[in-house]
Amino acid sequence: MAHGGIPLSGWLRCLSGIVRREALRFVHQRGRFFSALVRPLVWLAIFAAGFRFVLGVSISPPYQTYVLYEVYIVPGLAGMVLLFQGMQSSLSMVYDREVGSMRVLLTSPLPRWWLLFCKLLAAVLVGIAQVYVFLLVARFWEVEPPLIGYLTVLPALILSGMMLGALGLLLSSWIKQLENFAGVMNFVIFPMFFASSALYPLWRVQEASLPLWYVCQANPFTQAVELIRFALYGQFDPVSCAAVTVALLVFGGAAVLGYDPQRGMLARRAAG
Amino acid sequence: MRPDHHSTSAIEAVSHAAPALEVARLSFAYGARQVLHDAAFRVMPGEFAVLLGPNGAGKSTLFALITRLFDAPPPGSVRIFGTEMREEPGAALARLGLVFQQPTLDPDISVIENLLYHGALHGLPRAESRRRAMHELERVELADRAGSTVRALSGGQRRRAEVARALLTQPALLLLDEATTGLDMPSRAAVRRHVRNLCTTEGLAVLWATHLIEEVPEEARVIMLAEGRVRAEGTVPEVLAQAAQAPDLPDAFARLTASAKG
Repeated sequence: MAHGGIPLSGWLRCLSGIVRREALRFVHQRGRFFSALVRPLVWLAIFAAGFRFVLGVSISPPYQTYVLYEVYIVPGLAGMVLLFQGMQSSLSMVYDREVGSMRVLLTSPLPRWWLLFCKLLAAVLVGIAQVYVFLLVARFWEVEPPLIGYLTVLPALILSGMMLGALGLLLSSWIKQLENFAGVMNFVIFPMFFASSALYPLWRVQEASLPLWYVCQANPFTQAVELIRFALYGQFDPVSCAAVTVALLVFGGAAVLGYDPQRGMLARRAAG
Repeated sequence: MRPDHHSTSAIEAVSHAAPALEVARLSFAYGARQVLHDAAFRVMPGEFAVLLGPNGAGKSTLFALITRLFDAPPPGSVRIFGTEMREEPGAALARLGLVFQQPTLDPDISVIENLLYHGALHGLPRAESRRRAMHELERVELADRAGSTVRALSGGQRRRAEVARALLTQPALLLLDEATTGLDMPSRAAVRRHVRNLCTTEGLAVLWATHLIEEVPEEARVIMLAEGRVRAEGTVPEVLAQAAQAPDLPDAFARLTASAKG
């Protein structure tokens, strides 16, 4: 497999270079690291403490007994870290495009789909590092999944992170300016997070509103949270895995089209 | 690959090859706004060509099409050393070095990391990339700032670092879009001198886009663009002749851009 005379090893060097740059940027932006960690901890330490007696959680898979509310929301908060990371990544791509460094990426001789995949994977790896730090800190709140769960959750985090990152990538191909990113917060992140099983079991939503329950079920973030929830306890949920995979293919395919030079979405956006 | 340094035979060899850049029948519109009309020109290997045009002439759009940020609609074509960009973008882009109008270095990471990142995007081994990066930084007198973050560099130093980055992959054709924008006179002269030196000593083909007439060297080949059309092309005397025997380049520029508006 060679493209522009670049052998397969060159493709991997490209991946390694993009991951390294993403990691360097993250390390240099310490505020970003702390906010990424503090955000779920605020939910865990404050929100969960306040709501643990309001929101009952019945015994439902993968849990085999009653669990603390803190235990219930940790997979959702891990998903939230990936969701924000995916959107942060798309924010950085919009920023890269505004300051011009996106052009450096897109004028590489390697195929554009590969460049976007590398960019996506790099962002996901940074997000996963954040999730693991959060999971370790969460042990102070007695959220202690089986040790094997820390390993079995990894594929679920990668798949979910890729799906949410692909969504961010797709959004970045459509967003004209950084200012428009506030809209993403309002119309993507908040609805996805709240209309999901991250904070409350869906049977509670079903009791309150059947249409909303359908929305929650169709929400790919719900499926990502459930995939993570089961994986964290060493179990596999085939339905959520299939749903997340389909969402990844749809968002990823659309993002590649969004950056395809022949489709000219970049050109249309440049037209203002 | 660029010919070896000071290799006369290599320069002679490429001079008989296909044009370094061949743009043909290139038109482009942003929605209803047509910005390029049937543009066509060539840059030969080892040639220093200046794409001269006022702001809004279509230079940056032309660069976006040449670098395949987006594709030109048929029948327009862009060929790099005979390779059609639309058909074989990888092979064509591999021979290009680019300095964009906007600064494109990541300000939060070091100069050397920026260059290594660029090397990685072209699939270069890290050790080789580092060796070349230090060589190019030495040539632009920035080797001592390799470990500094880009944010700590002056505007002129950043531009020189961008030129060093563009040369890291040893391109055969270097495109510079308003590369001296925002620089003071000595910095502009330093960037220009370095690039022209590469042309004469290494046979590098250069397309230098600018709106500044004073950046056109006497021996350069000039492509004058106005309102998205190539108004004149050739050596400076040839361009003067095409502008109704204008006495000098500023006058020719004024006449040709005025006729474009008229």
